[in-house]
Amino acid sequence: MALVLSEDQQLLKDSAKSFCEQIAPVSLLRKLRDSKDELGYDQAVWTQMIELGWAGMAVPESYGGFDFGHGGLGVVLEETGRTLLSSPLISTVLIGATAILELGNETQKQQLLPQIVAGELLTALALDEHTTHRPSRVATTATKVEGGYSLRGSKTFVLDGHIANKLITVARTSGETDSEQGLSVFLVDAAAEGVSIQRTIMVDSRNSSNVQFSDVVVPSEALLGDLDGAFESLSKVLDIARIGVAAEMLGSIQAVFESILVYLKQREQFGVLIGSFQGLQHRAAEMYSEIELCKSVVRAALSALDDPEKSSQEIAVIASMAKAKLSEVFFLVSNEGIQMHGGIGMTDEFDVGFYIKRARVAQQFLGDAAFHRDRYASLNGF
Amino acid sequence: MQSLQDFREETRTWLEQNCPDSMRTAMVQEEVVWGGRNAEFTNPDSKIWLERLAQKGWTCPTWPAEYGGGGLDKDQAIILREELVRINARPGLTSFGISMLGPVLLEYGSHEQKLEHIPKIVRGEIRWCQGYSEPGSGSDLASLATKAELQGDTYLINGSKVWTSYADKADWIFCLVRTDFEVPKHSGISFILFDMASEGISTKPIQLISGSSPFCETFFDDVKVPASNLVGRLNEGWTIAKRLLQHERTMISGFGLSSGQSDNGGTTSTISSLEGTAMSYRGDSAKLSDPVLRDQIAQFKIDSDAFAYTSTRSIEESKQGQGPNATSSMLKNYGCELNKRRYELMLQAIGSQGLGWEGEGFNDEELQLTREWLRSKANSIEGGTSEVQLNVIAKRVLGLPDILSMAQK
Repeated sequence: MALVLSEDQQLLKDSAKSFCEQIAPVSLLRKLRDSKDELGYDQAVWTQMIELGWAGMAVPESYGGFDFGHGGLGVVLEETGRTLLSSPLISTVLIGATAILELGNETQKQQLLPQIVAGELLTALALDEHTTHRPSRVATTATKVEGGYSLRGSKTFVLDGHIANKLITVARTSGETDSEQGLSVFLVDAAAEGVSIQRTIMVDSRNSSNVQFSDVVVPSEALLGDLDGAFESLSKVLDIARIGVAAEMLGSIQAVFESILVYLKQREQFGVLIGSFQGLQHRAAEMYSEIELCKSVVRAALSALDDPEKSSQEIAVIASMAKAKLSEVFFLVSNEGIQMHGGIGMTDEFDVGFYIKRARVAQQFLGDAAFHRDRYASLNGF
Repeated sequence: MQSLQDFREETRTWLEQNCPDSMRTAMVQEEVVWGGRNAEFTNPDSKIWLERLAQKGWTCPTWPAEYGGGGLDKDQAIILREELVRINARPGLTSFGISMLGPVLLEYGSHEQKLEHIPKIVRGEIRWCQGYSEPGSGSDLASLATKAELQGDTYLINGSKVWTSYADKADWIFCLVRTDFEVPKHSGISFILFDMASEGISTKPIQLISGSSPFCETFFDDVKVPASNLVGRLNEGWTIAKRLLQHERTMISGFGLSSGQSDNGGTTSTISSLEGTAMSYRGDSAKLSDPVLRDQIAQFKIDSDAFAYTSTRSIEESKQGQGPNATSSMLKNYGCELNKRRYELMLQAIGSQGLGWEGEGFNDEELQLTREWLRSKANSIEGGTSEVQLNVIAKRVLGLPDILSMAQK
């Protein structure tokens, strides 16, 4: 298991870092928020990200991608996390492309993946229906009709729902709500009749939405993966997404911590630098330790994804470990980010507030720390 | 140049032929081999295993062959470790000579000192103890006052040490002494080695809350030590002292690893699976019935795995021969806190059966757990307290202004 970056990954990370610092600093998110931007992301920046090949990072060459693995996508996500870059990278590349790769048939892969790599297709995962994440808790139904299926139900916390061309929708084709059996995944055109998408303005200024399906008819070819039996592959998709989000969180956590350190070495009170106070030093040292653990977990998880010998079970364990640990530490560091900056940390003018807002959304997205500790325990048989 | 693959195959074959069967089982406390003039081998296979390993220098795989070490490079050493783990081999020798003194002697000692001491450490012939803390010098170690006065070509040593692990069983001591009282405290310390059989040395074990007495008070009354036993330069012992502490912290941090080998503070003999134990004591089958304990155990295991990854990453990142760096403080602090958490959870897991002290009504593992739980409380004190580690991280790793600089002026 590679716990240190390869030379290629390090080069990619460095170039992603300078791109994010120069092209997409936190001020970009601030601008999108303040201008109440319709899209919620900067199309010109996204185009440059496409040109850099980021959308094809983990896509095999046979589908137009660059075969750089999840380790490659992971370091890019980490850097976008540093500057809180708002883009379709998570919804379309991390989740959308992965869902098509894991669930799709050959025709779907040949048709859709090159479009994602080229930036021509945006996707959104429509899964959650309640205020807390539980992937089997799906009441949205898809019933067989002439030539296809008809979907009915509503979804919430759909990342990038209002900008997506296609909604990767999880629906129940049989079984009771909360059963892992009987789930199927459909590719639904966002423009199809009966789809209504309501953008929700979230605290982190990223894109989210509620989606309603009122007897939306999709053709049979819209089925992505096995009928009734999508849960296992869907779980794999979610695990890959959780690890990617953990990588993004790692970048955000480090950015907050670096800001704290700068402040501790520059702010004077009682005639000395506040960084000389043991009460603050020990808290900083403890954060540093937790962040070192986070780095190791994220590296281990990413390299597990690129290891063909790892089973889905092993990936599930490490995904839950990563999402639980990073959620917990992002919570800690984002809180300390405010407290250790004192009054200035409370001002909108200072960036640290953006991070605590992003932290809470990222913590909950695809399961919070408690969800993943519970899952980790179950996966380990206790 | 031999390929790594060849090395692996040869190593595997050698281990298959030379590691006795009973040495391929989990270590038990009574069979830990410390070596020394009065070495005890409660299991005769331990002696055979030690001798075979020592013959190849594999008790200290990366130490120079010139001084009896294994002479392996970093990649070969990793392979050897993997192959040892693969057959679940016990460590042949546990000693402070290996984990603490040897590395600094190789770095700072003279050729003659290395020739004299290193081979004996490799072969487990001399058991070392550490003369660091004093009654008035704990966390403020550099304030130590044990005095060494030069008289001709001999040092006369007077003073006392405390928390000297196994001083009553050790053959030699590596000791911090004050050789100059006129200069700032860090600048008057020297690092010296001497035989515990010398005239004027006495030791007295200290009974701990766990009931055991691994530590001693050690007294020096006009002990005569040849001047040639001073390591490094006169009055520059603090540099060596700190370096040795990094090695000590790396060793202690291993207690946080569930696979960490048994040493003077951590053990894996009783604690195998927290969750399994919790479930069996509760009669749970599919799922641990106490949801709070279940969550705490999950959190502990996640932290524990994350820590293990971090330990491995730290080894991968450190360049060959560089040894431990400032991250040793982070690993020491986190590992010790983890080990303490593990024992607290274990106590919770087995309930009142984990509270027995002695006698009937409890099995041996339960009674041992009580003692180990109490012993684990020292983890965050020995080798520098957790608070001292946090100070070191703040100063050396994070570059925060030194909190003590004003106090020292």
